[in-house]
Amino acid sequence: MHKNFQSLILTSMEEKWDIIITNRSKLFDIDFRELWRYRDLVLMYVKRDFITFYKQTILGPIWYFIQPIFTTIMFMFVFGGIAGISTDGVPQAVFYMGGLVCWNYFSDCFSRSNNVFSSNKGIFGKVYFPRLVVPIAGVISNLIKLGIQFSLFLAVYIYFICQGVHFNFNATVLLVPLLIVMMAALGLGTGMLISSLTIKYRDLNFLVSFGLSLLMYATPVIYPLSILKASHPQYLWVLLINPLTAILETFKYAFTGVGMFSWLYLLYSFVITTVLFIWGLLVFNRVQRNFMDVI
Amino acid sequence: MSNTVIDIDNVGKQYMLGTFGTGTLSHDLNRWWARMRGKEDPFLKIGDTNDRTKKGDSDFVWALRDISFKVEQGDVVGIIGKNGAGKSTLLKILSRVTSPTLGTIKIKGRLASLLEVGTGFHPEMTGRENIFMNGSIMGMTKQEIKRKFDEIVDFAGVAKYVDTPVKRYSSGMMVRLGFAVAAHLEPEILVVDEVLAVGDAEFQKKAVGKMQDVAQSEGRTVLFVSHNMAAVRSLCTRGVVLKNGMVDFMGSVPDSLAHYLKNDDETRKDLIINNVKSTKYSLKVSNIEINGTKEANSTIRNGQEFIDVLIEGTTSEPLTYDVMLIFKTKDGMPLATYALGHYEGELVHCPKGDFTIQRKIALPKILTKGIICVDLFLHHPMVEYQLKAPNCCVLECEGFQKGFGSAMDQSNNGFMGLEDFK
Repeated sequence: MHKNFQSLILTSMEEKWDIIITNRSKLFDIDFRELWRYRDLVLMYVKRDFITFYKQTILGPIWYFIQPIFTTIMFMFVFGGIAGISTDGVPQAVFYMGGLVCWNYFSDCFSRSNNVFSSNKGIFGKVYFPRLVVPIAGVISNLIKLGIQFSLFLAVYIYFICQGVHFNFNATVLLVPLLIVMMAALGLGTGMLISSLTIKYRDLNFLVSFGLSLLMYATPVIYPLSILKASHPQYLWVLLINPLTAILETFKYAFTGVGMFSWLYLLYSFVITTVLFIWGLLVFNRVQRNFMDVI
Repeated sequence: MSNTVIDIDNVGKQYMLGTFGTGTLSHDLNRWWARMRGKEDPFLKIGDTNDRTKKGDSDFVWALRDISFKVEQGDVVGIIGKNGAGKSTLLKILSRVTSPTLGTIKIKGRLASLLEVGTGFHPEMTGRENIFMNGSIMGMTKQEIKRKFDEIVDFAGVAKYVDTPVKRYSSGMMVRLGFAVAAHLEPEILVVDEVLAVGDAEFQKKAVGKMQDVAQSEGRTVLFVSHNMAAVRSLCTRGVVLKNGMVDFMGSVPDSLAHYLKNDDETRKDLIINNVKSTKYSLKVSNIEINGTKEANSTIRNGQEFIDVLIEGTTSEPLTYDVMLIFKTKDGMPLATYALGHYEGELVHCPKGDFTIQRKIALPKILTKGIICVDLFLHHPMVEYQLKAPNCCVLECEGFQKGFGSAMDQSNNGFMGLEDFK
């Protein structure tokens, strides 16, 4: 009897609460299990992106092709034609399009994550769900877009092979999935980091708006790294600290055999990406709880 | 194991006033510096309570302070209070849209919040797509939504439009669809902000009925914020009155409503004449008395047979008028009207100069106990209002009672009792 009573007290003291709402949270307090429970919502967001993208357009998903085609043609004209920048012997169309497809994926992931709070404040202000759902959905829907654009790149690539161009296609190509994950993580991480920092103080927003286009020139998208090495070796470090450089160079190397590829450098990029990603995740997780009060 | 499903412990929420700028940065740096030294946030100690009418000296304000209460399984709690009392802030914290500055809230079970209907609706998507989108945002899985899809469409009454983009919907349809999704959530705890104030009367009835179902037959816990006293009365089992961010009263629904309404008088001035909202340019009113007093609060005693009305003033033009008094409950529901001009069609003509209007309004014999609010008007029916004084005074009715009997209550029995025919 006495024992029963005691256990009763114990159970009532150790009541199980499903949700505890407080101000303080631990730094690494990210609820992945909850995120998993909301996986349907991630898919709904991805679906919504696609449905709304081509609603009331005539060309629909074809727009995914048109943008890289025209940009590539423009690059061929301006950088290849007028400026005469070498592409290390690779056909210009392949070179530019390869760079563009990668760069687009990174910058799309980045912008989606960077706009999470400002473009969803209506929803976030009314209902709770793990905020991480939105940037993750962004990465996935951009992945589909990447798939479409990558197939375009492959089509161009195969066209040139049929034309008799010889590419040094090599085993590095097996790294491409890793490169994509790295680009996604980098875009997601930096995007979340900056979006978290710009909620209260919007100064960074101004930097970001032109910084992204500047970053493209600090990444070997439209020129090979070898050119810079030859002409301005004193500025090479700028590109080398940029974690995107290794990703793009490896990508181009995998398909064309030209470009700079080193395991060490890829490892550096991988470490930086991981650090930025985790940092972004933590800051984002911290900020999301109170952002409605400050945005 | 106790039955408590929500335990709110000493919750406070502080907001900063004004805009964010360079000044905010210095606050942030201060805060950061305190945290680095392991000290408490220096700004938690300051801050005014949330009374919008007074200008405080602090940059910080407590939208909520020292909120503590428990909610038991199956309770339907009505949270009432004036605008700015902190109701919505509390609901926002409960639904985890924002977090509290102080305190802890512990919740058992799945909680769904309905601060808005149709959250996440995208105008370009069809009704069907939006049901899935909205449902998943509210925490339902795809399977659950699929299972209830037909029910939802049926409840919303939009079967015909389910494959049309919602931008083509009328606003009422959109709201109905949103509520239908929300109504088919199956959380253990439902948090509802005044979403019932939308849609037409029929739909409102349906919505209230659904809420009642959820609360009563399914035994779930509901927290409900509303200004609609009738809805609170019919739905809730307990009431919490918030005032200036603090819990002012907690108890049964009738007690809470009575408490809230009693304290609702702050906007009313002490003298009836000061509660006149507008008068015609030619009219100057110098004195108003109702129930024999200039004061805005008076009592109708047990057995009182009439109410005196006296209005004195000057007019610079001849006046054709009628006196109208509307008696209402505190919720604003009309109980009775005195307006001879209306039903007898006779108006009073008065030449320019000083005037005195005197009326004696007969009261029914058996009045119930309760509060009666009075609107006073002088008007020429269908032509103009010469004086408007809505809510100008409050009559506290003692209620008729004789011998061993006891007075009836206005909220249960209406305004008056009936007698035998003689």
